[in-house]
Amino acid sequence: MKVAVCVKQVPEGTKRIDPGTKRLDRSGEGALNSFDAHAVEEALRIRDAAGGGEVVLVSMGPAKAADALRKALAMGADRAVLVTDDAAAGADLVGTSRVLAAVLEREAPELVLFGQQAADADGAVLWSAVAERLRRPVISQVAELTVADGTARGKRQTEFGYDVIEAPLPAVVAVSDAINEPRYPSLKGIMGAKSKPQETLVLSDLGVEAGAKTEVLALADPPPRGETRKLEDDGNAAAQIVEFLDERRLL
Amino acid sequence: MSILVFLEHHDDELQKGALAVLSKAAQLGDPDVAGVVIGAGVRALAGEAGKFGAAKVFVADDESLGAPLPQQRVDVIASIVRDHGYDTVLFAASVLAADVAAGLAARLDAGLNWDLVDLAQQDGALVGKRPALGDTVFVDVGWTGEPRLALFRSGTFDPAATGGTAELVDASVQLEEHSQAAKMIEQAHAESEGPDLAEADVIVAGGRGLGGPENFTLVEELAKALGGAVGATRAVVDAGWYPYSTQIGQTGKSVAPKLYIACGISGAIQHKVGMQGSGTIVAINKDPNAPIFEFCDLGVVGDLHAIVPKLTELVRERRG
Repeated sequence: MKVAVCVKQVPEGTKRIDPGTKRLDRSGEGALNSFDAHAVEEALRIRDAAGGGEVVLVSMGPAKAADALRKALAMGADRAVLVTDDAAAGADLVGTSRVLAAVLEREAPELVLFGQQAADADGAVLWSAVAERLRRPVISQVAELTVADGTARGKRQTEFGYDVIEAPLPAVVAVSDAINEPRYPSLKGIMGAKSKPQETLVLSDLGVEAGAKTEVLALADPPPRGETRKLEDDGNAAAQIVEFLDERRLL
Repeated sequence: MSILVFLEHHDDELQKGALAVLSKAAQLGDPDVAGVVIGAGVRALAGEAGKFGAAKVFVADDESLGAPLPQQRVDVIASIVRDHGYDTVLFAASVLAADVAAGLAARLDAGLNWDLVDLAQQDGALVGKRPALGDTVFVDVGWTGEPRLALFRSGTFDPAATGGTAELVDASVQLEEHSQAAKMIEQAHAESEGPDLAEADVIVAGGRGLGGPENFTLVEELAKALGGAVGATRAVVDAGWYPYSTQIGQTGKSVAPKLYIACGISGAIQHKVGMQGSGTIVAINKDPNAPIFEFCDLGVVGDLHAIVPKLTELVRERRG
């Protein structure tokens, strides 16, 4: 079974928006988007349960996103494809989905997996745009996934409870972070990751443009909220909470 | 400007969030705000939308549209936008609406801004407001072309019934092959459980920080001592620790008690949108960097397993 996992590198630590470009500052250290680790884990399980195949990572981002990909390779993915191009910086949903779909067309996996959201931009929609460009069925928010007999079956949570949805392969599935506990890379995995194939592409290799149909116009501080009182528990926290609730006449 | 609003429905009811977005659209000054209702046996439902500001409602009523799957809805809306030239399509965020909006964005090569908490006309252009980076910055966002697509954060607006009537227009239903590939095997239905949570004055909620389902007793005991109800996060409900009927958040219930005590809850945006209207928020979490400390009134960094039982004791003593 060939499974592709779309992953993203996100800035580590405190995130900031660059006031000049009005884009997220990606100059610092990066990490694998934690939600994507669940998709990688699920892909590895599906590959192994199928008794073989391949897990391919697909990403778009700055050149140093290769580091985040290496972490997923250390978990056990087989190879990675990174699209990195100055012309792709600032791409939005429309542009990013076009680029990822172009890579996925080339790779032609039976299953494409996404994590639940991007920890930096809070986006949780990309899979649906990619599925549309690939003209494949999509199942999102999947907390339990079964792949068998050419079919993906997902149990997922909505506002009303749990749905079960089935789609023939090839399909696109976005998994929830409740689906599994991602493994930690073993030492052997970390060492082995360095020699796994990592392909880097530019947009012209794919014959597509990235681009954006949305823009950031201005940045502002959020409306003020009442003071947050913060305390560290030194053994008296419970009493201090009671005191606070008393002050506010909540007891 | 011509606005089309996606009117999601469930169990024969138009969703409150969608009606709220419709009301908002009607307030923007476009006299011809339209809605679109897609499903099986939904014609009567479509008429309801007139009361909330729709001058026109497109109805795609077909057996093949019975299950709330996104891709068929993309087909229907895309053809309405193309045939009738709508320049703006608005959605109230939900699991379904997010997938429809993003699919439509790809189909029409249209810009999609999400998580909006406001939308206004500025110098003839539409500008959306979006909290970002854990709501620490507010971003004004725009579109560089049409159609413009937007998803609003749930609970942002309230529906305003103005009492009009809508003209119903049949929408054509021509589905793409890939849009019909996914099948709903079992469909969720809202549980008709009592309104406990939504009407409680005090809610004590537990998240993954509890460590395991057995520790929900800590939350239950504290809730009992305070005369309140118990809530849970999506993560622990999905993990099977606590029933779905207690879930608070975007998928789940929206609550606004006088007092909300969050135990071992990080405060992901998913959860936040369901409880940020609470009067007083107290958070207990061992991670000093948890986002919930950015929007609580009292934040306690510490081990909830030590603090919560003590707190329960003290509350019991106080309340006799």
